[in-house]
Amino acid sequence: MAKGDPAVSSRGRRAAPRSRRAAATAEPELVQLLTPTGERIESATGPDGTEYRVDFTDEEYRGLYRDLVLVRKLDAEATALQRQGELGLWASLLGQEAAQVGSGRALRSQDMAFPTYREHGVLYCRGIDPIMPLGLFRGVDQGGWDPNEFKFNMYTIVIGAQTLHATGYAMGVHMDGKTGTEDGEAVIAYFGDGATSQGDVNEAFVWASVFNAPLVFFCQNNQYAISEPLERQTRVPLYRRAGGFGFPGVRVDGNDVLASYAVTRHALDNARLGQGPSLIEAYTYRMGAHTTSDDPTRYRIASEVEAWQAKDPIARMKAFLDKQQIADDAFFAEVDEQARAEAVHLRERVLELPDPAPVSMFDHVYPHGSPELDAQRARFSTYLESFEGSAH
Amino acid sequence: MATETLTLGKALNTGLRRALENDPKVVIMGEDVGKLGGVFRITDGLQKDFGDQRVIDTPLAESGIIGTAVGLAIRGFRPICEIQFDGFVYPAYDQIVSQVAKMHYRSQGKVTIPMVIRIPYGGGIGAVEHHSESPEAYFAHTAGLKVVTCANPQDAYVMIQQAIASDDPIVFLEPKRRYWEKGPVDLDAPLSGAYPLHSARVVRPGTDATVLAYGPMVRTALDAATAAAEDGRELEVVDLRTLSPLDLTAVYESVRRTGRCVVVHEAPGNLGLGSEIAARVTEECFYSLESPVLRVTGFDTPYPASRVEEEYLPDLDRVLDAVDRTFGW
Repeated sequence: MAKGDPAVSSRGRRAAPRSRRAAATAEPELVQLLTPTGERIESATGPDGTEYRVDFTDEEYRGLYRDLVLVRKLDAEATALQRQGELGLWASLLGQEAAQVGSGRALRSQDMAFPTYREHGVLYCRGIDPIMPLGLFRGVDQGGWDPNEFKFNMYTIVIGAQTLHATGYAMGVHMDGKTGTEDGEAVIAYFGDGATSQGDVNEAFVWASVFNAPLVFFCQNNQYAISEPLERQTRVPLYRRAGGFGFPGVRVDGNDVLASYAVTRHALDNARLGQGPSLIEAYTYRMGAHTTSDDPTRYRIASEVEAWQAKDPIARMKAFLDKQQIADDAFFAEVDEQARAEAVHLRERVLELPDPAPVSMFDHVYPHGSPELDAQRARFSTYLESFEGSAH
Repeated sequence: MATETLTLGKALNTGLRRALENDPKVVIMGEDVGKLGGVFRITDGLQKDFGDQRVIDTPLAESGIIGTAVGLAIRGFRPICEIQFDGFVYPAYDQIVSQVAKMHYRSQGKVTIPMVIRIPYGGGIGAVEHHSESPEAYFAHTAGLKVVTCANPQDAYVMIQQAIASDDPIVFLEPKRRYWEKGPVDLDAPLSGAYPLHSARVVRPGTDATVLAYGPMVRTALDAATAAAEDGRELEVVDLRTLSPLDLTAVYESVRRTGRCVVVHEAPGNLGLGSEIAARVTEECFYSLESPVLRVTGFDTPYPASRVEEEYLPDLDRVLDAVDRTFGW
């Protein structure tokens, strides 16, 4: 490469760590419809010129607020349950409520979602009993809901693996002839910033692109993969990765429930109409720890957390509802009371979740059973019974 | 006439064609499976007759093949994935072990993954590295998967259809060096009433020692039995066919009669299928055994350069040597 070549000089410029971080983590061109102070923006333009707007009734605005508050409260209750020893672990969504409720409410009933293990807000929007993920983290099962009934798949803990499942499912939607019309089906794959480094996610990008799958890749960039900051995963803003794979990408303010809704609904509708995949980078922040086993004070500074606190998704929605007189104090008090009551109810039911019978571990290994496992179960049962009445 | 003489490869091709005809939810996916018909031509002509939505040339990404097949299965399809060679399955290992195998269990039975993962396996074709491996133990060790392998054209034709019809995720291992061996295939045999998929079969009765083999080594074991017979020794040869679950009922019965048991496979001996089989035969037939169960296997090395693979692979002489040792104990 010749001296003075633009690529050389640009590589030289990127050599300094500070500017690399800026390249990956700056906030250019966020699609935003609600500012952190609760100012409503009429419409916002995406990088490809798409104009995003929402047209909600007052009732719908209040409904989104209610979702945000409930999802946060139930999540806080789960964190408390873990601290009291009632859950083995909890992966909190604190700070990501708007990205999840906005995208979750943008799904139409026929759309299928493939979550990670943190999508408690999307799960809630899909109508699944919020106790279900607590069963998983308590260790009484591995996720009890029916993926097909609720159009919301099993949680996936192996990072990025579900993006391929979503891609295949979306290929199947296309093969079933369920795209190309307004009542067609679309699929959404959730993942995080860390997952974008996984081979599976990059393979999913390739596959979805070449098969024109009706799929929305929804990346919640919460800035950290456990302790690793975004610049350890990427040198370019994540939404721009889409361009290299041949489909559109957009970065949305993930703490803005209205913009998250608008961008996701648009992408899903494009997908169901047969226009193929797209990538949404929901720019947000994980306010809490990665999980209850994590200590974020070891890898990030308080001022950074405080800066994001000022962009809180619920506070801005409340400010907007208040300023526009869409909701009053009685409404806010009523939502808080509902959240409190649901959290209490959740707690009561978690404490009553029975441990599974030990021999249930042999169930459902194979769809039609297994003589070998039947024999192991029988031997183990006999062994357990041999303790009955003894000091053990 | 319903019975034709086919190569093992053509028998697989015919079985796949039958499955595509019988169930519109069956799809084939893999690298080069479409226009080319697969590097071994096992899917030859299928895309031409069933279209590129049923026989799908995929991007070159094994984890992608299996991972997207999971999604298709959740959607209600019955995907048949071709992994081009044994040594290329490892990029898909996470999807197979962590996703395919566990999905039914984790969902408490609400999700089934009726997937077939076809893998040409084993050595003996003079290939370069990564093209001659025997990875069966990795999969047989994983709960939630089933693992089968065929050894002759008739079994290839029936077993591939049985595997596709099964609701289990099945790793279907194809003995690539036997692809070109011919045998009679009854093309009209109905699947219902066919010999069960997860059953071993005695392929040569005998009285003096029991030799267990599967896939490419069944031919080798049968050749050894022929040679042994010339020396007055009658070997009973069992084609295991199913590696997970193992079906050892007939094996126990046989070993109780013969008192001697030799297990043959190409894969390395350490923690291979032979180890598990030896343990189980010992537990079940302890008082009938005249000698320990012996294993004839590949060595505990990476698969070697092809100019020495004939020395690496178990052959007739090594099988007979092991049989001799069971008599000299």
